[in-house]
Amino acid sequence: MSSVAVIDYGMGNLHSVAKALEFVEPGVEVRVTADPALVASADRVILPGVGAIRDCVAEMLRLGVDKEVTDAINSGKPFLGICVGMQALMQHSEENDGVECLSHFDGDVKYFGDDLREQGERLKVPHMGWNEVSHSIDHPLWKDIPDGSRFYFVHSYYVSAEQRNFVAGTCRYGNDFDVALARDNAFAVQFHPEKSAKAGLQLLKNFLNWDGKI
Amino acid sequence: MALAKRIIPCLDVENGRVVKGVQFVDIRDAGDPVEVAKRYDEQGADEITFLDITATHEGRDTMVHTVERMASQVFIPLTVGGGIRTCDDIRTMLNAGADKVSINSAAVFNPEFVKEAADKFGSQCIVVAIDAKKVSKPDEENRWEIFTHGGRKPTGIDAVEWAKKMVELGAGEILLTSMDQDGVKNGYDLDVTCAISETVNVPVIASGGVGNLDHLVEGCIQGKADAVLAASIFHFNEYSIPQAKEYMREKGIEVRL
Repeated sequence: MSSVAVIDYGMGNLHSVAKALEFVEPGVEVRVTADPALVASADRVILPGVGAIRDCVAEMLRLGVDKEVTDAINSGKPFLGICVGMQALMQHSEENDGVECLSHFDGDVKYFGDDLREQGERLKVPHMGWNEVSHSIDHPLWKDIPDGSRFYFVHSYYVSAEQRNFVAGTCRYGNDFDVALARDNAFAVQFHPEKSAKAGLQLLKNFLNWDGKI
Repeated sequence: MALAKRIIPCLDVENGRVVKGVQFVDIRDAGDPVEVAKRYDEQGADEITFLDITATHEGRDTMVHTVERMASQVFIPLTVGGGIRTCDDIRTMLNAGADKVSINSAAVFNPEFVKEAADKFGSQCIVVAIDAKKVSKPDEENRWEIFTHGGRKPTGIDAVEWAKKMVELGAGEILLTSMDQDGVKNGYDLDVTCAISETVNVPVIASGGVGNLDHLVEGCIQGKADAVLAASIFHFNEYSIPQAKEYMREKGIEVRL
């Protein structure tokens, strides 16, 4: 039976990620854990995250999650970052007066701004709700998900990646921004697949069936 | 290409059962909130709200189990409201699988609770519910006041100012019920919805008084709401969610189809 570790560093509710994984693949062994041995021995690794990035990164460093993430990405096993778990993979975030992140991808996490507009109309921040995701590349994790499908987002900061060849998906809210990154065995998304109904469940299913190769 | 306006069916739940009933022809148990939520999810609801109207302690434990069951079967956002008074209440509901909690009276009695909750759990999961009623006379400038106890007790607090204060304290979303309209089915109070939506920079959910699909459209266009909540028009099969979304799309509103 294959196993997936959902890294638990005390930030937010991991229940729904775990339940969604069990729902799409009833045989899978889901480990909600920060135990380095359990993460290292899992076939797949997920880094979730909600809340403020300063607290998230601080807890990751305190618990050694940064090393678990590096090991997982270097091991070649399928790796998925979700929401703040994606943002934490960048170099730096503007949130909380500036936070250094784990630097697995080049680029920054930026604030949408207090006066975000689209064609003159004011947009609310956080970006909360269902928005369309455009595929930038073909990828095993996009399998059976139509280009332009809507996913559920909740965030006030967005990823801007420097290496455009690693961008797997984008979205528009006032400006275009990166909502999916892909490099070798690592994939990361800004939206919440575990809350995105059919499209989100399909992405999780694709992840559980992915061998980590593009 | 834009963010979709959300349609949110709301279920009143008492002792783990949907009250006032929900009518679906082909549903196994129309009294079970999880069965009903599943059906709304299949129809394309963008979110679900459970409003716990249980008075007893035992009933509250039942609600926790209901939320747990919902979270393992329905994969769209869930907001739980009713009786959220302490950070322990919030933690219990989030651990059970709720994505957001809605705070109502507790915010009026102790506004600092909203700040404490937002600091602890993040603004993204703190919804503040506001029950507003128009108090100005017809010949006066519009003014709305916050009411508690199901709309019976006036507080003297200005609704627009209150919404602003709640967001400053950390509310991530405002659930605005316009009381004079609630249950009357004359539509949302568009003036107060628009006034609050233009004042705060977080999403506003319009609630109260929906009787037909035009009301949903008006809530989004004139009311400038980011999401529309309704109960009875969906529960009694007056309209289905796909019907509502199709209608809104025809009127030029971005929806998730």
